[in-house]
Amino acid sequence: MHDMSAQAHAAHAPTSFMRKHIFSLDHKVIGKQYYGLAFLAAIVGMFLSWVMRVHLGWGSLAIPGLHFLSKTGAPGDVMTPEYYLQLMTMHGTIMVFFVLTTAPFAAFGNFFLPIQVGAEDMPFPHFNMMSFWVTFVSFLVMVASFFVPDGPTLAGWTQYAPLSAVGPAAGPGQGLGEVLWASSIAIFCVGQLLGSLNFITTTLDMRTKGMSLWRMPLSAWAWFITSIMGLTAFAVLMPACILLVLDHVAGTSFFVPSNLVINDQIQPHAGGSTLLWQHLFWFFGHPEVYIAIVPAMGIVSHILLATIRRPMLSHRVLVYSMSGIAVLSYMVYGHHMFVSGMNPVSSIAFSFPTLIITIPATVIVLIWLGSLYGSRIRLNTACLFSLGMISMFITGGVSGFFLAQPSLDIMLHATYFVVGHFHFVMAVSAMFGIFAGTYFWFPKMFGRMMNETLGKIHFVLSFIGAYCIFMPFHYLGLASNVRRYQAFTDDYLQPLIPVHRFITVAAIATGAVQLIFLYNFIHSRFWGKPAPENPWQATSLEWSTSSPPPFDNFGGKLPVVYHDPYQYGIEGSTDDYVMQTDPRQIQTQGDEA
Amino acid sequence: MATAFHPPNSTTRNISRPNGGSGNGGWRNLVPEGGNLRAVQEYAPPPASTAVWVFVAAVCMTFAALTSALVVRKGGAVEWRHFTLPSILYLNTAILLASSVTLETSRRRIATFMGGQNTAAANPTRWLYATLSLGFLFLAGQYVAWRQLSAQGLFLATNPSSSFFYVFTAMHALHLSGGLYAMMRVIRKLNGQTLRRVTMDATAHYWHFMDVLWIYLLVLLWAKL
Repeated sequence: MHDMSAQAHAAHAPTSFMRKHIFSLDHKVIGKQYYGLAFLAAIVGMFLSWVMRVHLGWGSLAIPGLHFLSKTGAPGDVMTPEYYLQLMTMHGTIMVFFVLTTAPFAAFGNFFLPIQVGAEDMPFPHFNMMSFWVTFVSFLVMVASFFVPDGPTLAGWTQYAPLSAVGPAAGPGQGLGEVLWASSIAIFCVGQLLGSLNFITTTLDMRTKGMSLWRMPLSAWAWFITSIMGLTAFAVLMPACILLVLDHVAGTSFFVPSNLVINDQIQPHAGGSTLLWQHLFWFFGHPEVYIAIVPAMGIVSHILLATIRRPMLSHRVLVYSMSGIAVLSYMVYGHHMFVSGMNPVSSIAFSFPTLIITIPATVIVLIWLGSLYGSRIRLNTACLFSLGMISMFITGGVSGFFLAQPSLDIMLHATYFVVGHFHFVMAVSAMFGIFAGTYFWFPKMFGRMMNETLGKIHFVLSFIGAYCIFMPFHYLGLASNVRRYQAFTDDYLQPLIPVHRFITVAAIATGAVQLIFLYNFIHSRFWGKPAPENPWQATSLEWSTSSPPPFDNFGGKLPVVYHDPYQYGIEGSTDDYVMQTDPRQIQTQGDEA
Repeated sequence: MATAFHPPNSTTRNISRPNGGSGNGGWRNLVPEGGNLRAVQEYAPPPASTAVWVFVAAVCMTFAALTSALVVRKGGAVEWRHFTLPSILYLNTAILLASSVTLETSRRRIATFMGGQNTAAANPTRWLYATLSLGFLFLAGQYVAWRQLSAQGLFLATNPSSSFFYVFTAMHALHLSGGLYAMMRVIRKLNGQTLRRVTMDATAHYWHFMDVLWIYLLVLLWAKL
């Protein structure tokens, strides 16, 4: 009984170019649009990181063409210290918001969640379309800050007050650049809200006949859990950004304390709380990093199951663990504030749940590893990237144990140790998850197969490259290398410059390796081998429809689900798997529902 | 299955809801025949009803963030200037509560109309227009409150207390404006005979939430400012 189909697809397939490709109501097109946005943002973010790294390794080097980006920031192509901070801020912001929040969640989720639950589309296609275009406008506003006279904000992606709130007195980019940043992020929050609304209602209300919650694939669960986190976390960031904008344009003092002297001038603010910004930001900020990684966990689980050809050690515990991570993520945010001057007792109060949250994360990893053990694995590129994601996640997670202890964090806070930790556990893990999802779902999204050989080369070189770049960060941090420094002039930092140069070379080389992926993607998009309906012999609903799926996903007839997902390695089945839509009564393993 | 706005035959019964659906059927519809919960349910609530509660959750988080900002900011402030809330706010509150009453009246009128009774003089549209008007009146009253406050010399940046007053009332007014747009959409659909039950319900739930939120804000502002 789904009259929602009348609601979602009252019309037939669109015919005009604008409706088909630009202002599309089709979740599949919107998913691809998000993917394209994330792709573009990743290129921008990566370019920024190269420029930063060259400056860190060779400080006085003139980087050809940099003065085109900013005359004041890079006179004679040599980066000023402030401009380094500005580029660093934009690198972090663009990567976290427009790549890590967008690609694993909005891109793949928009495309595949409705299909995996057996729906024709999301229930609110207009909101869905708006969510992409609002996010796109947010990206434009963010990038626009590069081109204002003073350049973008330099306060880091975390935008701590009072630096972020006092205005132009604090440095270049803290006037208009700052307002553009805060406005862009507030707009981004609205886009995320619209998207989360669709994801949650799709999961709860649009499942097809036979698709109970426990029969949903793990990727669908991950998107559902992430959308709940996104809804609540971004709803907190939005007022914080609004208050920040008001401090700038309306003369309020939410975040700026009294009697602040900058450049020998007392700032005209009265009694704001700088710690208030940190509380508001990190209440959002910690769930945000899980918003970045939980979809990747779901994607990797989903892919691994198709490649190990047996069910997970425990499907339910994996779901409970992802949910546990989501719930706990709201209780740990103070671990970013151990050295902020808060009451030390609060450090214990935040350290404890931080250590507790490692438990569900470890359980997930152990389930993955335990499921891998003894399996007859099919090592395709998607599988390799999934294994790579697990490796990165373990590496990053282990360094988190150290940072979770306030006594150790006092030494490690704001060093490269932290930077290494979050790049491994969030950035590279999620990137490998995105790559895994791309190689796995490219046939379904575009109807063609990617080149496996090029994919494997891409994996090996990226894997080695990522470790070469980010492993030394831990060493640098332990050697007291402070982060967010644009030059290393102190005595104790001089011996570390060769390490930085090594990292820079590795970063540029690894970046160059991504060209293999770019070539593979574009070539396969137009000239790849046509993809069959189910190239990976997988069981979930997206593999029961054509590649690419028709306009209404299932050709007019919604599927009926008879089995759990991930029925691999089943005796009594024709091949070694049973699709969810297979109507035959086959004895399957531990029917969950 | 759009519920068109014309009086049905008196012989027609709502056979898809033999128990009489209250709201979306409540919890009863989640349990299938024989009480076997492991069997899969066919019925799913219409997405709009889920969506409005999801949106309400997000709005709650936004105002929770602002509330905590207020508490923290007030706790650390040495120059917090208490002021009396403009008395028109209490009148505005009464107006908003009245709009909820008129909204519920119109919903019941629509229900009886759709049940085939009272066809002559139900006119639920009138009550929806009343709700809409009261909503606009509320916004006008809020603007008057702002003018009264600024006449006392309390502007957005004057003092943290006034800052929070303007921020809270502006955020509420913004969300209420969204509710007004939804209400106008309901009236348009009702007049065009394309109004579905779930649209009416979702809009009503959101409107009542705006009411409750305002009462919470009034108490918060009265206590803290």
